[in-house]
Amino acid sequence: MAEVPTEDLKHTPLYERHVTAGGRIVPFGGYALPVQYPTGIMTEHKWTRENAGLFDVSHMGPSFLTLNTPSGDADADHAAIAAIIEPLICGDILNLKPGQIRYTLLLNDQGGTIDDLMVARSTTPGTLFVVVNAGTKEGDFARIAAAAGDKATLKRADDGALLALQGPEAVNVMAALIPQAADLGFMQFGEFDWNGIPVTVSRSGYTGEDGFEILAPAHMSVALWDELLVDPRVKPMGLGARDSLRLEAGLPLYGHDLDETVSPIEADLGFAVSKRRREAADFPGAQRILAERDGKLTRKRVGLLIEGAPAREGAEILDASDTPIGVVTSGGFAPSLGKAIALGFVSPEHTAIGTKLQVSVRGRSQPAEVVPTPFVPHRYFRKSV
Amino acid sequence: MTTKFTPDHEYIRVEGSTGIVGITPYAQEQLGDIVFVELPAVGKALKKGDEAAVVESVKAASEIYAPVTGTIVEVNSLLTNEPGLVNSDSEGAGWMFKIAISDASELDTLLDADGYAELTL
Repeated sequence: MAEVPTEDLKHTPLYERHVTAGGRIVPFGGYALPVQYPTGIMTEHKWTRENAGLFDVSHMGPSFLTLNTPSGDADADHAAIAAIIEPLICGDILNLKPGQIRYTLLLNDQGGTIDDLMVARSTTPGTLFVVVNAGTKEGDFARIAAAAGDKATLKRADDGALLALQGPEAVNVMAALIPQAADLGFMQFGEFDWNGIPVTVSRSGYTGEDGFEILAPAHMSVALWDELLVDPRVKPMGLGARDSLRLEAGLPLYGHDLDETVSPIEADLGFAVSKRRREAADFPGAQRILAERDGKLTRKRVGLLIEGAPAREGAEILDASDTPIGVVTSGGFAPSLGKAIALGFVSPEHTAIGTKLQVSVRGRSQPAEVVPTPFVPHRYFRKSV
Repeated sequence: MTTKFTPDHEYIRVEGSTGIVGITPYAQEQLGDIVFVELPAVGKALKKGDEAAVVESVKAASEIYAPVTGTIVEVNSLLTNEPGLVNSDSEGAGWMFKIAISDASELDTLLDADGYAELTL
């Protein structure tokens, strides 16, 4: 990412809190955000895996897409709003239940990924809750608003605070803050009242742990941040720990593991191409994506466990006989494993679990092995139905 | 015994004709948790400013340069298994390598403790 002069960076409502807490501020997606607090990334990372970490992700792009003239028939209104967004993405939105969230991909006509995002069906008929990435939000919002035309209105909600509370203790912290929100299942969301203020809470996250994401109005965001941190199980987390946690969870990062050339199948996100959409072949780039699904692939994302120094983004991946076969797109040190791990793209014949490969770090080859992702098992809370 | 500093936040502690090189407490603080240290080969000849070692934090890799021209005579192999020593004791147990100094006059071009302190104000 190009360096942006500090004075041009946007601040989230919690900027002063980050500075006061000793956060080391860096530019990210056009915002000034803490990469770490004084205890450091390793300590923060482990705290989230064992307790609960609080992340300011207000730079992201939450929004609501609402039908302009709802009929009053909940299912018909949902079908109408789903029909507006579905042509842009590969997910089945029509069949979401009220309060259900789906991870999906915004695609270009070549089947490349414009963004990865969350689309959720609100309990308010004819409304979707849509959360996109910081670096892509202007383009995404313009694209969705254009698709909405005069049938629906996209209302941005990125002027408030979006907080992620993540870790095995997150549910207990939430139970004390907003008891009803603690009853959400994984990938469900709802509107709740916190001290007379409406907040939107999702049971979702980007760490592989159970947790919540809370959208609150700007004027209440500092109060919410402070109240969460009163709980001794909660500590603030920077972007560094967010990145090492999501890497261990095997979750792709847009702009690194995903871009406009990468298809869902190449990115090993085939699950995000919903069955109904697949059978109808009615999403952008369907021809390429369905052919790739049938095996016509030139590259695929894999997880690598690496011996020695971390292989960072851009490091070349070689086969056992030193032939270049791919490139690392995210790599670093996994604090939970005490080892270097990476995500990268390789040609399909090298994707089998257990394949011995190499990565080139500073001109030297180091052993690497294709391993399953997530590197650290997900611990999402799945409600038994 | 003198200790000199580079603007890249390395120290060289001079003992006779040998210099012990590591990074300053300020540098380890800036880098954060060190998870890997790549050390030079003993016997390697380096010119002042050549890349001598690499320290990796969770997020990024940073080069360590030879503060003076010379030959590597010893490396701190403890760092292979305990890279965190660079954080916990950067000026002591977290030293990185010893270099036989070819030209002692190069030391005069480096910062003294006061000069380095000014740099990190």
